[in-house]
Amino acid sequence: MSAGSSGAGPAGAQPLLSARDLVQEFVVRERGGAKGGVVQAVSGVSFDVMPGETLGIVGETGSGKSTLARAVLQAPRPKSGTVTFRGTELTALHGRKLLQARRHMQFVFQDPFGSLDPKWQVRSIIEEPLVAYRAGGRAERRKRVDELLDLVGLDPARYARRHPRELSGGQAQRVAIARAVALEPSLLICDEAVSSLDVLIQAQVLNLFERLRSELGLSYLFIAHDLALVKQVSDRVAVMYLGKLCEVGPGEAVYRQPLHPYTRALLDSIPSTEPGAARAAATIKGEPPSPIHPPSGCRFRTRCPRAADLCASEEPRPRELAAGHMVACHFPLTQPAATDTTAAAGTTAAAKGAAE
Amino acid sequence: MSEALLEVADLRVAFATAGREVRAVDGVSFSVRPGVTLAIIGESGSGKTVSCRAIMGLLPEGTIISGSARLRGRELLGLSDSELRRHRGSEMAMVFQDPARSLNPTMRVGVQIAEAIRTHRKVSKREAQAQSIELLRLVRIPAAERRFHEYPHQLSGGMRQRVMIAIALACRPRLLIADEATTALDVTTQAQIMELMLELQQELDMALIMISHDLGLAASYADEVIVMYAGKVVEQAPAGRLFGAGGAVRMRYTRALLDAIPHLERPAHTLLPVVSGRPPDPSALPPGCSFAPRCQYAADDCRTKAPVLAEHAPGHSWACWHPCENGGTA
Repeated sequence: MSAGSSGAGPAGAQPLLSARDLVQEFVVRERGGAKGGVVQAVSGVSFDVMPGETLGIVGETGSGKSTLARAVLQAPRPKSGTVTFRGTELTALHGRKLLQARRHMQFVFQDPFGSLDPKWQVRSIIEEPLVAYRAGGRAERRKRVDELLDLVGLDPARYARRHPRELSGGQAQRVAIARAVALEPSLLICDEAVSSLDVLIQAQVLNLFERLRSELGLSYLFIAHDLALVKQVSDRVAVMYLGKLCEVGPGEAVYRQPLHPYTRALLDSIPSTEPGAARAAATIKGEPPSPIHPPSGCRFRTRCPRAADLCASEEPRPRELAAGHMVACHFPLTQPAATDTTAAAGTTAAAKGAAE
Repeated sequence: MSEALLEVADLRVAFATAGREVRAVDGVSFSVRPGVTLAIIGESGSGKTVSCRAIMGLLPEGTIISGSARLRGRELLGLSDSELRRHRGSEMAMVFQDPARSLNPTMRVGVQIAEAIRTHRKVSKREAQAQSIELLRLVRIPAAERRFHEYPHQLSGGMRQRVMIAIALACRPRLLIADEATTALDVTTQAQIMELMLELQQELDMALIMISHDLGLAASYADEVIVMYAGKVVEQAPAGRLFGAGGAVRMRYTRALLDAIPHLERPAHTLLPVVSGRPPDPSALPPGCSFAPRCQYAADDCRTKAPVLAEHAPGHSWACWHPCENGGTA
């Protein structure tokens, strides 16, 4: 795999979504409303998603990956930084203009039942975005709902009039996906969209995502805690730890030659069906520190087996060590061969923007 | 080979709902020896949790349970609640998926451990406290004396699960059942908790039953694996026989589960081999093999006659009329 933008347009193409230096913080209140601290949920994250590309973001609880997704959606708006979607800067928009700009960016969340109104019939749920954006007359919209149900593999005759409680988890998630693609978005943001499903149902939904990708030309921002899952659906993978991206690269490269010690630890922790493979017990110790008081320098240093004094005093800047493969680490795991470094000079905009 | 600690034979569990009997567990048999880790794998509703709750006596009144579950030769099924309480905790204990909901949010964690100790043993409060701190150390919680005085909300998910394990181990049980104990945890924390449980198992010579939906977890940590579908055991074998290079999975459902696991080796955008449909409604099971409606290899006999679980190779049982050859990897 040469560059980080396989599946993306030609080099120099405009990214579909471009986030720069996103920062999101939340104030924690103590008893009585006194300011207790500031959760630094997302701290200067930049990435690009090219047309037709899937960018996967992997991170553990508290890494800020969901906050990042919401910052992209402007719900709530990021504290600072910019989000450019289809050439429009979202952070400057308000009201109707923001609504129109967001039309082509849709969301699928983890809990399908939590995001479907229990009192509504499936067809009304899927129709809602069409109504909201005044897409066609009533008869036209109903016809579109049937098409959408077909698209996600649910028979309209059987499911259109059901209520969410009459659906299984996998079916409910299909309804949520049908609603998300109703307005023919160009970007689908999936936040742990298959995490609550049983493995066989999960495979069905993953295949549905792949089919929609090729049939509708969708791009994805695919967020999950499971690196194996993220890698399987993504062209490029970004690894997030405590509000920052620590490694971004082509999925295959991140797996074959991880550069950040945290990525290595994540890979080693995945249970494998090869007996003994995952029992290299030397994964990281301890737990992530509080995002209210993140460590100085590199945020991973308190758990990192390679940490040195430099890691505490100086924050590692993202570096491109192989074609499209960025890492923010003073002591990356492998120094790639010199040829890789020269090849890195001519990379695409997508790769460059990835971890700046 | 040492003697079985727990022996379950032909366990059946049915719930009576709205006048109908819903069979959740249908003739499950297995045994566990001390020092051995048994994984019971299945999807939601396969009966894996209900089986273990039946053994622990944790099912609601009115549940119809038959068969036998012997712990060190003594029958557990049919015991009264007070008789069972003597076994629970001291001989067998369970750790659940959600530590946040299993712990009392208004009590300091140390007090909750001490309570577990004092329920089963006549010791002074001071002695129970000392033992609690010892248990917190046992589950590798740093600064145990300080943590003793903290409330559950002050601990992370991984720490809370360690506290749950400490409570489960308070009376040094011989059998520990972990029901999706690491499912809610991050993958690095999951690895830590699994390592901890296996270490403690060796230290205390316990038998460990891990209930999970994740075959990968079974492959990485278990000695024996049972796969359940629609209330029945469909395949049972040593982990080494099912997974890895020479893996010899025979039951089609096990194969499907294994194929559906996200795999780092797969190139991006690969379509997964997919099994359509979903598990059958336990109140309306198909007449033949329960998996037949979803199985692409199902033939006429599968739809009319249920295959019986039988030991077809040493230590390896499966219930399938047309099992995979060569582990199904083709």
